[in-house]
Amino acid sequence: MDLFEYQGKQYFARFDIPVSPGGAADTVDEAVKVADASGYPVVVKAQVQVGGRGKAGGIKLANNAEETRFHANNILGMDIKGHVVKRVWVENASDIDEEYYASFTLDRAAKKHLLMLSAQGGVEIEEVAEKDPDAIIKLHIDPVDGLSAAAAHKAAVDAKIPAKALDGVAKILVQLYRCFTEGDCDLAEINPLILKPTGEVHALDAKVSLDDNADFRHPEWAEYRATEELDSREQLARTHGLQYIGLDGTVGIIANGAGLAMSTLDVVNQVGGTAANFLDIGGGANADVMAAALEVINFDEKVTSIFINIFGGITRGEEVAKGIVEALSRVTLKAPIVIRLDGTNAEEGRKILADAGIPESTLISKPTMLEAAHAAVALSKGK
Amino acid sequence: MAIFVNQSTKVIVQGLTGGQGKYHGLRNKAYGTQVVGGVTPGKGGTDVEGIPVFNSVAEAVAATGANASFIAVPPKAASAAILEAAAAGIAFIVCITEGIPAQDEAKVFNTLVRDYPKTRLLGPNCPGIISPGKCNIGITAGEIAELPKAGKKNVGIVSRSGTLTYQALYELKQRGIGVSTCVGIGGDPVPGTNFIDCLREFQNDPETDAIIMIGEIGGSAEEEAAEFIKANVTKPMSAYIAGVTAPAGKKMGHAGAIVSGGKGTAQGKMDALRAAGVKVGLNPTEAGDLMAEIIKSIS
Repeated sequence: MDLFEYQGKQYFARFDIPVSPGGAADTVDEAVKVADASGYPVVVKAQVQVGGRGKAGGIKLANNAEETRFHANNILGMDIKGHVVKRVWVENASDIDEEYYASFTLDRAAKKHLLMLSAQGGVEIEEVAEKDPDAIIKLHIDPVDGLSAAAAHKAAVDAKIPAKALDGVAKILVQLYRCFTEGDCDLAEINPLILKPTGEVHALDAKVSLDDNADFRHPEWAEYRATEELDSREQLARTHGLQYIGLDGTVGIIANGAGLAMSTLDVVNQVGGTAANFLDIGGGANADVMAAALEVINFDEKVTSIFINIFGGITRGEEVAKGIVEALSRVTLKAPIVIRLDGTNAEEGRKILADAGIPESTLISKPTMLEAAHAAVALSKGK
Repeated sequence: MAIFVNQSTKVIVQGLTGGQGKYHGLRNKAYGTQVVGGVTPGKGGTDVEGIPVFNSVAEAVAATGANASFIAVPPKAASAAILEAAAAGIAFIVCITEGIPAQDEAKVFNTLVRDYPKTRLLGPNCPGIISPGKCNIGITAGEIAELPKAGKKNVGIVSRSGTLTYQALYELKQRGIGVSTCVGIGGDPVPGTNFIDCLREFQNDPETDAIIMIGEIGGSAEEEAAEFIKANVTKPMSAYIAGVTAPAGKKMGHAGAIVSGGKGTAQGKMDALRAAGVKVGLNPTEAGDLMAEIIKSIS
């Protein structure tokens, strides 16, 4: 789960990482109130999970209440690359002497934590990596050992952070590492990490991505969940506990297993169609799960055909078939189904489907993934 | 021959008294696997359909001589279960648990490397391993795995995805091609066993004549495998990579299946494997067809 900047800053604050005083606002009046409390000048920042906010006019400096009102009014409701701004973050504007970059991620190849640190912050780090790769230092950290204060200090020296900022940067690195590990982040990034004329170092931006698998030990994440940017289809799928990702195509996809679901998307694409979604119903595939899956697919107005791709391993074909027949009696579909049922007891399953008296305009069965994909794509184009 | 497990592998099931552990543990036993015990703290002295249950892995090992463990416990308990098995001297651990936090996984992996270098972990979040006719640990349906055939060419399978592993087994079964061992390494960011570990074993396994590899988007394990193949694998291979059409920045069901910052794409992985001489199919069936051609050409 990706956090908005303001949530990232609130999360940082839990780990004592210094951020600017400020607050989130959903209305112009609230924005002015927060600005008054934070102290002018303030920065009004659009809260969207997409890069390039500044260039799009989503970040503005305001010197007084009137200017805050003007900018908040412009920014709230603004469309930034397809993301509509519903909330702004208003914070006391910082004087900036220097800008740095710091992040922690998991390096999957090395199977260690990775610190990336650079004295060149405030720009896209990919840009720095391309133009001046030596300006970024990379330090692998053994998760068993963690990051010591001494190692953090050495990293800051290696990254050519100037002497006056060394202590402040090293301290924040240790705090950010704690946020990354104890806070179960996939990514914890500060860009820019700034040095103020007063000599203080602090986080001017926050990019935090949380590991969904750690949800069970973070009750405080519930408030982030509530603001997650899901479309209405994804929201409905979540209420049913389904692994669903909305896409833009016309063939609704239901498959068992993440790998098979991905593969189904690929095959539909290969034969000239477009998938409306990714949906993994897991190993169970009983009538309840199937009915919920069909309900979610049915809700998507773009869907013009449905491809159910099931491979029976432990789940046997006849159980899946019974589940589909029962689900069809509960959900009235707007689009026809093409099913490919294979694996353990697939023949029995196909027989159950054939004997259920379901009209061909509702459901047709194909023996292989490829044939089923061809049929589903043809139907999706009204053929 | 087979890799990692064979008919003499003795398995205990950590979590045998739970729903998943009981269901799959008994299925593994019914397949012919030597399931010699179970572990559930507080339930020592009881049994599950004749399989004795112990309070700790150490007790179970002392009583049964087990050398492998099948872990089917919830995510909260999985890390401790893995480390307990390693500390008790278990050499091969299969963990099917899905949903372990990445931080825990990274810690466990590095602890094993440092403190228990002789222990191999398969998974987490994997379907397990099957050497058809000899040993089945995990959730694979044994009946879809074709037995290896003496005097014929047999195939080893290594895969990151569960259902696609079954799909690969099934593709081979339909073509009557025997399987030496099928390993599901799992879809998490820090798998205990990776492609290279399996490829090395398959390369050295006299019963394996060719290899199917099934990868997916995310990370760089397939690219690293391609480098290894180029330098070390002489046996012919076919492969399939899932997720060509996956949108960037989304975890596609598996915690590790995510394209981020333009890295980890299916196309990049397919290109790397092709450059290493692997025949890459655009769907699982095509990978099966390619393998059938390979078997024909080497038979």
